Amino acid sequence: MSFIRRLAGNAPPRILWSLGVLLALLLLAPALLGKYWLSVLILILYFAYVGQAWNVLMGFAGQLSLGHALYAGLGGYIAAGLYFHYGIGPWAGLFAAVAVAGMAGAIVGYLGFRFSLAGVYFALLTIAFAEFTRVAFDHWEWAGGSGGLFLKVEHATDIVNLRGGPVLFYYSILALAAGAFILCRALLQSRLGQYWLAIREDAEAAQAVGVPVLRCKMIAIVISAALTALAGVWNAFYYNNLFPETAFAMGRSIEITLAPIIGGLGTLFGPIVGAVVLTGLGEAFTDLGDVLRIPGTKQIFYGLALLVIVVYRPAGVWPWLADKLGLKERRP
Amino acid sequence: MSGARLDLEGVTKHFRGLRAVHEVSFTVPAGAIHALIGPNGAGKTTIFNMIAGVYAPNGGVVRLDGKAISGLRPDLICDAGVGRTFQLVKPFKGLSVLENVTVGALHRKPRVAEAQESANAILSRLGLYDRRHQLAESLTLPDRKRLEVARALATEPKLLLLDEVMAGLRPTEVDVMVGFLRELNQRTGLTILLIEHVMRAVMALAAEVVVVSYGEKIAEGTPQEISRHQAVLDVYLGEQEEL
Amino acid sequence: MTADFLLTLAQAIVNGLLTGMVYGLMALGLSVIFGVMRIVNFAHGEMMVVGMYLAWMGFEYLQVSPMLSLPVIAAIFFAAGYVLQRGLISPFIGRPEHQQFLLLLAVAILLVNASLAIAGPDSRGVQMESQFDSYELGPLVFDAVRLHAALAAVAIALLLWLFFTRTRTGKSIRAAADNNLAALVVGLDVRRLYAVTFGVGAACVGAAGALMITIIPVSPFLAVEYTLLAFVIVIVGGLGSMTGALLGGLLIGVSEAVAGLLLQPSLKSMFSFGLLILVLLLRPQGLLGKGPQ
Repeated sequence: MSFIRRLAGNAPPRILWSLGVLLALLLLAPALLGKYWLSVLILILYFAYVGQAWNVLMGFAGQLSLGHALYAGLGGYIAAGLYFHYGIGPWAGLFAAVAVAGMAGAIVGYLGFRFSLAGVYFALLTIAFAEFTRVAFDHWEWAGGSGGLFLKVEHATDIVNLRGGPVLFYYSILALAAGAFILCRALLQSRLGQYWLAIREDAEAAQAVGVPVLRCKMIAIVISAALTALAGVWNAFYYNNLFPETAFAMGRSIEITLAPIIGGLGTLFGPIVGAVVLTGLGEAFTDLGDVLRIPGTKQIFYGLALLVIVVYRPAGVWPWLADKLGLKERRP
Repeated sequence: MSGARLDLEGVTKHFRGLRAVHEVSFTVPAGAIHALIGPNGAGKTTIFNMIAGVYAPNGGVVRLDGKAISGLRPDLICDAGVGRTFQLVKPFKGLSVLENVTVGALHRKPRVAEAQESANAILSRLGLYDRRHQLAESLTLPDRKRLEVARALATEPKLLLLDEVMAGLRPTEVDVMVGFLRELNQRTGLTILLIEHVMRAVMALAAEVVVVSYGEKIAEGTPQEISRHQAVLDVYLGEQEEL
Repeated sequence: MTADFLLTLAQAIVNGLLTGMVYGLMALGLSVIFGVMRIVNFAHGEMMVVGMYLAWMGFEYLQVSPMLSLPVIAAIFFAAGYVLQRGLISPFIGRPEHQQFLLLLAVAILLVNASLAIAGPDSRGVQMESQFDSYELGPLVFDAVRLHAALAAVAIALLLWLFFTRTRTGKSIRAAADNNLAALVVGLDVRRLYAVTFGVGAACVGAAGALMITIIPVSPFLAVEYTLLAFVIVIVGGLGSMTGALLGGLLIGVSEAVAGLLLQPSLKSMFSFGLLILVLLLRPQGLLGKGPQ
């Protein structure tokens, strides 16, 4: 109970009440929403979750990773592969998935941080690792090679093996998203979290007051990778297929970064707000594209929307929104 | 806190052929306040950076209470008891004043609540307590300097390195800072080494002064002695004393 | 190691060198932009693809060879790049990477999908008159189209070199790249110079696109690959070094060709990325770039 009180910290009561109401609504959603809207909500929660995971590395520790698909892909493939070949369910498989992805994160992190790669160079390193792995998986028969890995679709609800209808996946992604939110809140409030923020502001000054910069950055990337791997596992079992071309693609990596960047880096609500905005825009523009029937319409409007947001709200939508609502969260 | 003894023994630093510091040796006894002065570019900040672990010396040793600390990482040196400020202040701009100092305090007090308590106490002593929730970015320069000192103090150092902490302060502000440092030193016995151009502060605080020029130590003595030292006067010829 | 194999290897190297020259020209554009303004042009590959499309359209609808439409395309790209930099990108210089990334990502999305909307998803190729011609040097065969493209690339690179070393604007740009503040202090109009720089960089990409379409067909999906390729080349060759970009292009062109020959073709990009990782770790300034600051 005191843990919850500490989490709440000095957040104003109306925030806590709003969160409570939101959670209640989310829990009831499957009963309230139709199939389409539920799938939209699932998408929002997915991007909010994976965005939160990415945010740990970027928003907190300040390292831009454009290769996060590496961890999602590894997570998905390991868990799906174990299920496909040995019937090992995802609840057990996820441990392996998280371990492998965490190790990958540690390697990328160690190489990047130890060799003092920053900014663009670090981002390129992450891209290189993801691309390298993509091609590697194209040739790995155990994972299905370029032809892909397919899981059998079953409609009977089987929680142990994450088989079933949308409702199961809805609650599982909701749990992940809520869990990530709470975890990030707890992390930010902890000593590690404060160290991360200091490192992001000024790593040299942080080191001068005793912050073990390399160790903190390594922890950030491993946590980020591990959390992202879970998204990959969920994704694999939701869509039932995996291809190296998409699982490790740059497009996937970019996708992961959009919600937190649009929403507001380094904030807790940023990824969520970003996910809502982007998914909303995506759906709206898809409809528009269907109406206009020119290929690429949806993307053109999407691109314009991104352009407008980055030019007029470079710090993200959430800080601006919070300001309007009279709320205060850490500035990115 | 109490103070540690600082020994520099023949410390040398090259940067790709440029000899920045050459065989500099001096001692700051535990609990003393000494100053390191010299013209711009003399190597003072490089010396600080070697003590604080930003650079490893190419030659010589830096000892804290007899134990060699040269070549260790800055965070480990902080752990050994060295606190430092930067010549151009480096606050955590996006964090509040309290958060800034808490990061320092967390080094000795891992629990966030205790660290905040410690931070608040230090902020009070430096007159920043009522601004503790302000963003560091919004502080004036003198306040940023005080913040920097507070943050370093929060790590409970035994040796405090202050790099031109008086620069840019008005005479009254200088006096306040001098008073604070003197009281701190007398109360806790913290060893302080200052790099300073503001002679007013050097005269008021330092028991002994080390003068460097072009990377070499050219004089050492009490403030009165070195202000009459010929080599020092030569080096400072034409330089105005800062008021 | 039979003579046959050596010959095939040599031929692969030749082809790699020729294509690599065009890669080099593309990367040159990126090197100029990044080297001077530290802007990470994530839309680079997309720009290349648009260049390819323009050249294809010139060929398809106006029966103009890409080699002839090249100067026009380069001029269009220069103008567009100038305007883009001046109007949109300029405020983002010096801002955090993730904002630059998002901005150029948006531009990239717009470019590639505009191409998709106008030209459709199918790949579009150009049948040059000299398609099946070749020159022979001993046992080696130089594909005429590739050779012409490579020579054109060299010529353009040469022009660029002259621009940066002989003209006032070019020298001013190098000065601004070296030391922005000093450039401002001596009265250089840095904003205009940056716009010119981006224009020049864009013109390189446009030209490279016009040349590339003679070698391979274009589709919107090539864009990401080219962006990555450009970055690999620039990092390997060295930032801020024009010769580095060209050398990097050659290196990557050859390594891709050879890797495609020795390993499975699909593994060739793996090789490039492995090389990128090594370079980033061991020699981030690349082969010819300036040393770490």
